[in-house]
Amino acid sequence: MATAPPLSSPATAAGISLWRINLVGLVTIVRKEVHRIARIWVQTIVPPAITMTLYFIIFGSLIGQRIGEMGGVPYTTFIAPGLIMMSVITNSFGNVVSSFFSGKLQLHLEEMLVSPLSFTTIITGYVIGGVVRGLAVAALVTVVASFFTDLSVARPLVTLSVIVLTAMVFSLAGLMNAIFAKNFDDISIIPTFFLTPLTYLGGVFFSISLLSPFWQNVSLANPILYMVNAFRYGMLGSSDIPIGTAYAIILTALVALYVAVLVLLRRGTGIRS
Amino acid sequence: MYALELKQLRKTYPSGVEALRGIDLSVRQGDFFALLGPNGAGKTTAIGIVTSLVNKSAGDVSVFGYDLDRQREAAKACIGVVPQEVNINMFEKCWNILINQAGYYGVPRAEAKRRAEKYLKALHLWDRRDKLSRTLSGGMKRRLMIARALIHEPRLLILDEPTAGVDIEIRRSMWDLMTRINEDGMTIILTTHYLHEAESFCRNIAIIDEGRIIENDTMVNVVRKLKREVFVLTLEESLHRAPDLPGYQVQLRNEHEIEVEVEQEQGLNALFQVISDRSLHVASMRTKSNRLEELFMRLVDDKAESVN
Repeated sequence: MATAPPLSSPATAAGISLWRINLVGLVTIVRKEVHRIARIWVQTIVPPAITMTLYFIIFGSLIGQRIGEMGGVPYTTFIAPGLIMMSVITNSFGNVVSSFFSGKLQLHLEEMLVSPLSFTTIITGYVIGGVVRGLAVAALVTVVASFFTDLSVARPLVTLSVIVLTAMVFSLAGLMNAIFAKNFDDISIIPTFFLTPLTYLGGVFFSISLLSPFWQNVSLANPILYMVNAFRYGMLGSSDIPIGTAYAIILTALVALYVAVLVLLRRGTGIRS
Repeated sequence: MYALELKQLRKTYPSGVEALRGIDLSVRQGDFFALLGPNGAGKTTAIGIVTSLVNKSAGDVSVFGYDLDRQREAAKACIGVVPQEVNINMFEKCWNILINQAGYYGVPRAEAKRRAEKYLKALHLWDRRDKLSRTLSGGMKRRLMIARALIHEPRLLILDEPTAGVDIEIRRSMWDLMTRINEDGMTIILTTHYLHEAESFCRNIAIIDEGRIIENDTMVNVVRKLKREVFVLTLEESLHRAPDLPGYQVQLRNEHEIEVEVEQEQGLNALFQVISDRSLHVASMRTKSNRLEELFMRLVDDKAESVN
């Protein structure tokens, strides 16, 4: 049995600046989240890569050859930005909702809740984790896509900013879902009944110009449409909607979700009795 | 300045259950303080409020002078807590659990590693550092939770049932550690169902029942309130019936053991004199139950009777 070393007198923890506590805390949460993604890579990275490969094979190579062109580019090229964005959306959301909810379920979220970390730091840490996973999967899907079509980036800044902002939006949405979730069913309802249908109808596989005017207007109520089109604009240089409107919608969603999550956590919703 | 001050602390759950009915409590800096009470008395709710895991309904909480409402982060930075329920990440290694917890309190990584080694060794978990926490036994998990609570070297350590499931040898070394860190200046608040532990280590005590403090004094004064004790005496002689000891109630436990009730004012010298007069020889002696346990039961029972 090891001999206990001498113990120093207790540090005056409150003497440490709260700014430093939050900075070190943020790095810790991000490191923990990235470590988690890497530890369970078979669950976090591999499945989306397989799914997207199937999409490219079925919709790109098999069906796409019969469709020909869409939006002035080959169909496989047209769907590539949408599929990349779809993987970012589902993985950013899924990463945060599962990580935060499992912390709630196993109670180890309390480690953070009893600490002096601000809720802003906790939110930022989880969001960065979600963005990291979203971008990691996006990179992998891009590699897969490059086997099926020639990809280029027309506007790098737009491409990068839209993908990061979208990952942030859906990380926050995942966090909100996890805050309200009481069981595993609760964390699958949003992806199954809202996220997936909205993504499929968000212009991933088609241009809304193919729809009747009525359905075009209905589609404009789907925020994912703006994200997919803004990203497509960044990569291909063409879009169904004005890029300025897309940024406005994405930024509004980002701010609204951030404020909502912050208020919920401060009130203790879903985390305090 | 007090390490912890609770003023008129109230908690009513949405179900209508009043867990705390306006408790006032002050714990001095450097104290080793026992917060005792039966199950459902309100201890864990009070600890939950202090550690920000439960929303209070009314009242004030301050930790080393930091108001929990207005200076929440500074107050929380002073506290380390070992909760009653196991709340460690089952899929994480012991080492990472400690390093992460240190990070949440702003401890730089190099220092966190040094402290993790120190506390894992102190709690006899060093050889388990690279194991997933779910592979640990119940007692080991509890020790890991203690190491986690100590990793930022808090000024106030709250231990909610820290020794449940911990074997005797390790429990003893844990208490050695707690005594040392208390001597170094850390304030400790302990809740436990092992009342002999509370009596052995704590200097001050509060007993809470049905959301109210029913006793709050030094341990010495509280134990002094016990008017009567029952001793078990092992005799060298073999007996077939209880001996007649005038002034004492005596029961035969077995042929070598008797139970004797002693009032506080009677004293033990008089008892031994009476035993000697009967030509009996005492080989050993012990109290039938822990004194604090006896008093605790009496206080809680008295209160239940007064309610009925």
